[in-house]
Amino acid sequence: MTDGTNSLTDALQHLGAYIAGALENEVQGTEILRGELIVRVTRPSIVKVLTFLRDDSHCLFKQLIDICGVDYPDREERLEVVYNLLSLKHNHRIRVKLTTTPDAPVPSVVGVFNAANWFEREAWDLYGVFFADHPDLRRLLTDYGFEGHPMRKDFPLTGYVEVRYDEGQKRVIYEKVKLVQEFRSFDFVSPWEGMLTRLPGDEKATKS
Amino acid sequence: MTETQIKPLTMNFGPQHPAAHGVLRLVMEMDGEVIERLDPHIGLLHRGTEKLIEYKTYVQAIPYFDRLDYVSPMCQEHAFVLAIEKLLGLEVPIRGQYIRVLFDEITRLLNHLLNIPAYAMDVGAMTPFLWAFEQRELLMEFYERVSGARLHAAYYRPGGVHQDLPAGILDDIMAWAEQFPQVIDDIDVLLTENRIFKQRLVDIGTVSAADALDWGFTGPMLRASGVAWDLRKSQPYMVYDKMKFDVPIGKNGDCYDRYLVRMEEMRQSLRIVRQACEQMPGGPCTSDDRKITPPKRADMKRSMEALIHHFKLYTEGFHVPPGETYTAVEAPKGEFGVYLVSDGGNRPYRCKIRAPGFTHLAAIDYVSKGYMLADSVAILGSMDIVFGEIDR
Repeated sequence: MTDGTNSLTDALQHLGAYIAGALENEVQGTEILRGELIVRVTRPSIVKVLTFLRDDSHCLFKQLIDICGVDYPDREERLEVVYNLLSLKHNHRIRVKLTTTPDAPVPSVVGVFNAANWFEREAWDLYGVFFADHPDLRRLLTDYGFEGHPMRKDFPLTGYVEVRYDEGQKRVIYEKVKLVQEFRSFDFVSPWEGMLTRLPGDEKATKS
Repeated sequence: MTETQIKPLTMNFGPQHPAAHGVLRLVMEMDGEVIERLDPHIGLLHRGTEKLIEYKTYVQAIPYFDRLDYVSPMCQEHAFVLAIEKLLGLEVPIRGQYIRVLFDEITRLLNHLLNIPAYAMDVGAMTPFLWAFEQRELLMEFYERVSGARLHAAYYRPGGVHQDLPAGILDDIMAWAEQFPQVIDDIDVLLTENRIFKQRLVDIGTVSAADALDWGFTGPMLRASGVAWDLRKSQPYMVYDKMKFDVPIGKNGDCYDRYLVRMEEMRQSLRIVRQACEQMPGGPCTSDDRKITPPKRADMKRSMEALIHHFKLYTEGFHVPPGETYTAVEAPKGEFGVYLVSDGGNRPYRCKIRAPGFTHLAAIDYVSKGYMLADSVAILGSMDIVFGEIDR
């Protein structure tokens, strides 16, 4: 079992070095985390990288499994786009990542993998990642006429609007969301470790 | 004779239509009876599962996975639980692994027992539906006996399963497995060589192997196109590497092959169910890591420490070390994956759910172009669409 995982990690290490060598201007770094190969690339080069990964005989990542966005509001470029690929030939998975901002367009990879079409629409819908040259960049999962990008960390869980059927007007109407109870988010940081609020008597603990 | 340009007819299909398998709205552009373009409007069942998971602890998030693809609940829990275990570096005891394989295969049977007869009903056959639902009911009783719920089980937990198998259930599953091949044969006799069924399915919605890969097809959809790929064989998890089973593949990649692949998968699943029951080892069914698995009720009556652990695990939950993983299982519909990012807290930072039906439905425009209106129902049925997982 352990031999198997080690040889797999070795193979991924070689593959990572090979990709970094072949695309040295595009690849910013490779790493192996928990037996999974991650390749960070620059934003404009994503089409070239994925085409290389699909067609090169050492890679042959013929299948685009998933594209998803991740939001890190504290980072300078807050959005991350993650591409998961699968090579049936070599039985490998690879994860390609790039960072972007809400304003910076990411080149669309629909020309490389048709499967990217809906994944990119979804990432645009939920995270507001703008894909340049996408043939049909409409919202996918949210309501017709929805505003905002709900999976971003600064979008509240409860949303902003709610819908109901109005008996008087005989139609569905949109209203500002009303909470019967204040939204609760529990803080589980132990007072032994993480509580930062100053309480009377705290000065005794820090006094040497 | 003057030429007149005929504009394509735009038609609306759904969102409430018995053949739409849920809430699918299709905007169809038709040239007479031939489909020129299909534009699926999805999201009518969007519940924001991924967002909700970010606000729940890891164990609280498990029930959401039952509600994605609501005809194959446990396989999806499995993907999430495997991802958590990978981040935690947690080992599952051998009995827990066997129980999971057993119930993954029962889930696969449940799924195919819904898909095949529902599909037959879409193209005009009523009877298999009644036969299959009787079997589904029996299988859901096994669900109920281990987890207390017929559908939304929440049975798999990080480190194993929630409770050990109740006494006698393995004998009952074996007794059920004795009579089940007869049911598959009955459905087989009724459908496989049926003239109407073949007229509706053969050479409809053909997808080549290269296109299936390009569109991200997985599971029976990919195998029907002739690609021998099954995660249970190629990247085995749990004890699938100890199980003997075959992976059926199709030749033509049409709707009929997809049906045949699913029929054969049921027989193979039954083989795995039998093997898992026969080989079921003893021992604990869940990890003994006290900081992850909650204590037994009996221990809580005697041990203060067990009581504290129970309280902490059901309020705060456990913390998962920072990291990320993409973990996938072979769900009945295809590759179901979870991309899980942890920031070291007790709640997932990001949990992206990769549903197999999503890519299949995305390709429906490509697959049904040039076919007739009635074929679109056959194609839709062969894709095994369930909206819970597509809309999330």
